[in-house]
Amino acid sequence: MSTATGSTTAGGAPDTPTGPRHVTGEILTTKKVGAYQHLTLAVPDVAERARPGTFVALPAGEGRLGRRAFWIRGVRTVGGFGSAVEVVVDPVGPGSRWLAAQPAGTRLEVTGPLGRPFSLPRDPVSCVLVGEGYSAACLFPLASRLKERGCTVVILLAAADESRLLAALEARRTARSVTVVTGDGSVGRAGAGSSLADLVGAALPEVLARAEADVVYAAAPAATLARVAGAAEDAGAWSQTALEQPGPCLTGLCQGCAVPVLGEDRVVRMVRGCTEGPVLRGDRVRWDSLGRVPTETAETAGGGAV
Amino acid sequence: MGRHVATVDLPGPVLTAAGCAGTGRELAAYGDLSALGGFVTRTITLRPRPGGPLPRVVESPSGLLHAVGLQNPGLDRFLATELPWLVRAGARVVVSIAGETVAEHAELARRVGQSPGVAAVEVDLSEPDPLDWGLVETREPMASGLVATRIVATCRRELPRDVPVLAKVRPDPLRVLDQALALVEAGVDGLVVGHSLPALMPDGRHAGLSGPSLFPVARRCVAEVHAGLPTLPVMGCGGVATADDARAMLAAGAVAVQVGSALLADPTTAHRISAELAAEPAGGDGAADGAGVPA
Ligand SMILES: Cc1cc2nc3c(=O)[nH]c(=O)nc-3n(C[C@H](O)[C@H](O)[C@H](O)COP(=O)(O)OP(=O)(O)OC[C@H]3O[C@@H](n4cnc5c(N)ncnc54)[C@H](O)[C@@H]3O)c2cc1C
Ligand SMILES: Cc1cc2nc3c(=O)[nH]c(=O)nc-3n(C[C@H](O)[C@H](O)[C@H](O)COP(=O)(O)O)c2cc1C
Ligand code: FES
Repeated sequence: MSTATGSTTAGGAPDTPTGPRHVTGEILTTKKVGAYQHLTLAVPDVAERARPGTFVALPAGEGRLGRRAFWIRGVRTVGGFGSAVEVVVDPVGPGSRWLAAQPAGTRLEVTGPLGRPFSLPRDPVSCVLVGEGYSAACLFPLASRLKERGCTVVILLAAADESRLLAALEARRTARSVTVVTGDGSVGRAGAGSSLADLVGAALPEVLARAEADVVYAAAPAATLARVAGAAEDAGAWSQTALEQPGPCLTGLCQGCAVPVLGEDRVVRMVRGCTEGPVLRGDRVRWDSLGRVPTETAETAGGGAV
Repeated sequence: MGRHVATVDLPGPVLTAAGCAGTGRELAAYGDLSALGGFVTRTITLRPRPGGPLPRVVESPSGLLHAVGLQNPGLDRFLATELPWLVRAGARVVVSIAGETVAEHAELARRVGQSPGVAAVEVDLSEPDPLDWGLVETREPMASGLVATRIVATCRRELPRDVPVLAKVRPDPLRVLDQALALVEAGVDGLVVGHSLPALMPDGRHAGLSGPSLFPVARRCVAEVHAGLPTLPVMGCGGVATADDARAMLAAGAVAVQVGSALLADPTTAHRISAELAAEPAGGDGAADGAGVPA
């Protein structure tokens, strides 16, 4: 029952309000597309504030006290409802399965938009966007914004199989070229046997070289992001990685989502993935220490015994 | 009408709980910090701490298990950046502190007390696993002369008279009154009951259990202390998620409540409870009668 009257990209004009809101939203539409469930949520005062790379926090069902993050895939104006955000839900565990099963009309407490967005280049540079599975959702609004700025956009989409390949057709409309890699070889480059991270890692140098990439934007599981960050560095490009770090609040209150990040002063600090991230500079994340506290953090260097 | 807590009058009976409200900036996106009874900081230690490995916070059927490991920027950076921001935002700042030695507590209390805008100091005497994080062992029975009471006496001595010392104690209903009596003798101005309960993460690491399952336990603790020490200001902390929870805690004898893990699910919880209590202190259905609470 789509009553959509128009569609815009995530991220409005520079003078639109920013910062999160906590509101009661409503599921307007819910639709199974391949392995994923696509939801449109009416969320007063949230959609307008979205930027590419931000996300919303949604409930995970009765009895689950934490929240779950979902990338804002797009923003649309919906007749009679004001603005809505679109999210893609991969029903992998109890929280996401609960969400994917809720019918249209369900009311949800929504917090968002949350997190630091992708930074956009000032000049029209060459950008490569790498997205894996549902995570690629946050790259679509980014691609549109980059194109508006005159950037060249090249996309590398990866997925375990075709049912998890997000909107390759739509990608082709914004991008100069789209490369597809699937784990089972069902679409695009074959790769049976190796992990998706390895496949992306293998495909990337050529894609970056051909595009003469200045910036690489990536959204994927951490193993793939680490490969992207490495490939970007080898190619002399900046990388911005959208990292999904588990954490229950997603609003910056609990420090549950710590990520070791190298600061300007060359010292590692534990920063909050949900607040200082989710988009972090790929060359600054200590990928080999994710989930742990590296021994050489600012805090320990400062003498703190733990 | 303010509520008397130690020697400060808080503007309202709802505060945030330590470690559940970020630096203040994040919460301020959802509501004015000056509208709350107070803002309790995450626990600040003398030196910065990076915290523990992930996962740090995990859902359990009855609440949240957490082992954040006291990640904090250390006293210097807290005093230079976070505290001034909170004071400017109009928050009634309660600074939570913990130390590795009694002498560290003395330094923490002295320097926090010298900083403008501090409404109270809350000494964290009830970390579920103090030794894991190199803190003073405070799990001993609290009697005068023992370390927890020495910490409180030291903080009391180091702080200006108009900055109250609150002690945060474990929600152990059978021992909480004895603790309270010993801490009062040491000079404590008020109590926070309580912290999380010692628990295990699914992977076997030490953790604290917070959330709804604690509520009746914390409320029992408040009632026990209130029965034995009716004039001691006590803040109830543990599983408070609704205005009715807060009313029930107040009815059990608390002067205020602290809201912790409920903020992680909904960052507006403390503001919402605060507004609901202001509008309807006794509750619509007489929830504040506190049926079943002795004394
Ligand atoms: C910034 C961000 C954006 C995200 N965007 C999307 C999205 O667009 N679509 C989507 O389907 N999912 C997304 N996720 C993952 C999603 O939030 C849930 O974590 C995931 O659906 C698993 O939750 P669950 O309750 O179903 O599974 P469970 O396995 O029961 O989850 C248990 C706990 O582990 C955490 N967890 C499990 N898997 C992940 C993961 N991949 N990343 C982070 N935490 C995890 C959960 O948050 C939860 O606290 C995102 C996560 C983050 C941090
Ligand atoms: C993620 C998390 C971090 C916490 N950090 C601290 C802390 O630094 N210092 C402290 O005294 N208590 C800390 N606590 C305990 C809470 O302040 C509170 O006492 C406890 O969670 C019970 O209240 P609740 O059920 O409302 O959460 C923490 C709790 C959680 C969930
Ligand atoms: S998830 Fe709580 S601070 Fe990031």
